[in-house]
Amino acid sequence: MVAQAAREIRDGERVFVGMRLPLMAFVVAKRTHAPNAVGFFELGVVRDEPASELLYTMGDNPNIAGAIWCARTVDLMGLLQRGEVHAGFIGGAEIDVHGNLNTTAIGPDRARPAVQLPGSGGGADIASLAHRLIVIMPHDKRRLRASVDFVTSPGYGRGGDWRKRVGLPGGGPSVLITTLGVFRFADGSAVLESFHPGTSVERIRAETGWALRVASTVRETERPSEEVLAIIRQYDPQGFWTRRGE
Amino acid sequence: MPGKVISTREAVGRLVRDGASVALGCALEPAIPFAFAHEVIRQRKRDLELIGPISDIAFDQLIGAGCVARVSAAWVGNVSAGLAHAYRRAMEQGIPRRIEVRDHSNFTIAQALLAGALGAPYLPTRTLLGSDIARANGTFREAQDPFSGETVLLVPAIVPDVTVIAVQRADEDGNAHLWGPWGVSQEAALAAKSVIVLADQIVERAVIASDPNRTIVPGTKVAAVVHQPGACHPSPLQGRYRRDHEFFHEYHRATRSIEGFAAWLAEWVTGVADRDAYLHKLGPRWEALRDSGKPAAEARF
Repeated sequence: MVAQAAREIRDGERVFVGMRLPLMAFVVAKRTHAPNAVGFFELGVVRDEPASELLYTMGDNPNIAGAIWCARTVDLMGLLQRGEVHAGFIGGAEIDVHGNLNTTAIGPDRARPAVQLPGSGGGADIASLAHRLIVIMPHDKRRLRASVDFVTSPGYGRGGDWRKRVGLPGGGPSVLITTLGVFRFADGSAVLESFHPGTSVERIRAETGWALRVASTVRETERPSEEVLAIIRQYDPQGFWTRRGE
Repeated sequence: MPGKVISTREAVGRLVRDGASVALGCALEPAIPFAFAHEVIRQRKRDLELIGPISDIAFDQLIGAGCVARVSAAWVGNVSAGLAHAYRRAMEQGIPRRIEVRDHSNFTIAQALLAGALGAPYLPTRTLLGSDIARANGTFREAQDPFSGETVLLVPAIVPDVTVIAVQRADEDGNAHLWGPWGVSQEAALAAKSVIVLADQIVERAVIASDPNRTIVPGTKVAAVVHQPGACHPSPLQGRYRRDHEFFHEYHRATRSIEGFAAWLAEWVTGVADRDAYLHKLGPRWEALRDSGKPAAEARF
């Protein structure tokens, strides 16, 4: 997942990084194909070099020391709204076939949820305003659902030109990377592009809550290179973020 | 001028009435004024509205202790562990009481506070169009931009009764230096009717005036200055101390059940007299978190 996520970052891009696996993806991209990528952190930090040590939150002291800008959330969100951020990472509890994410609540009644989730944070802003949204989540039939109970972070709504109709300036999910495979979006719907080594289209079909569409060119996900694996192991030697086959 | 330098206990007693709206945790993960939140719990304040972007577990503790009637926030959880048990119990089961939630994103809470800081009624934005947050939060309105005709979301101003910020240093009048990311701290402070500053260190006015670009809020906005070293533990304060990650995990494990939450609160909040006693209880663990950072290059004024 980390290796695939790193491939989604292009050189020179401004990226809303987030935490955990996306942060590792940023480190890998910076040290391989995208040395000029710049990381934005929503609490108000801009970095052109990854922090020197493993982070647990974006506010950890090592992520602040050596930053090139410490500012306000609204400054970075403003750049995002102006269209100056190319890509952003997001995870979610649930996603539907159109890439809409729910991180707010499970159950039909928002005021009396079956499961109260933490909420948007900056996720809904990144989903609304970044040029490309890169979604990373564990693959589970209960998480990849035909429809979600609450759209926290809008994907392609009900598909087609929905984003344009509701007034979103562009963007939308470009990729969904799960523990089993990689989906792209065509006409606002998820299409399986590749399955990770050790999995299969059939296994993914069985563990996906919507009627799976499979690209005619479906293939095995490219394995991470030794160089990339070495960077991940160096940055996260205990496997704190990457232990669970991620 | 009457002295603004008082204790956390006095600041909460004087400035936080039942039913008040209180913004805290405004720098996101760092500089969360846990010392203030714990004193609010000790003084059994009730029916508060909590305002903030992510809050980490400070909101969860206040909710679990029964101090809260409403939350206006982008995220309520435990940044280390994910879900927050007390918030879940309140929302799912009404324990210890039902609370109202006004969902935000980090951008809209920033804009709401910025509108408050500007004295503007609202700010228009493109974020959250098509998100259920825009519908679930009844305070937002969709409108047409009168200039372009495009759809925008109007985010109404939030004016907290009290904003609490924790900073590295302040003078006795409340002129406060905060370095590291500011999150929504400045907007929240400027929007508020009164501001409480928890300063890790009280310094002479000349120290503040030597570097005025680092001032997050002028003393003119500040009602109370508290000299409270270690006010943010387990969250970090740049150049002073690091984040105590394990403390967040311990809290998560300990508060899974109602009884566990009550025991945790008794041990770390109601069972200690004040922040100094809390730090003393942490003992060597607290000493190990200290981090003096690196000096910035000199700027000459």
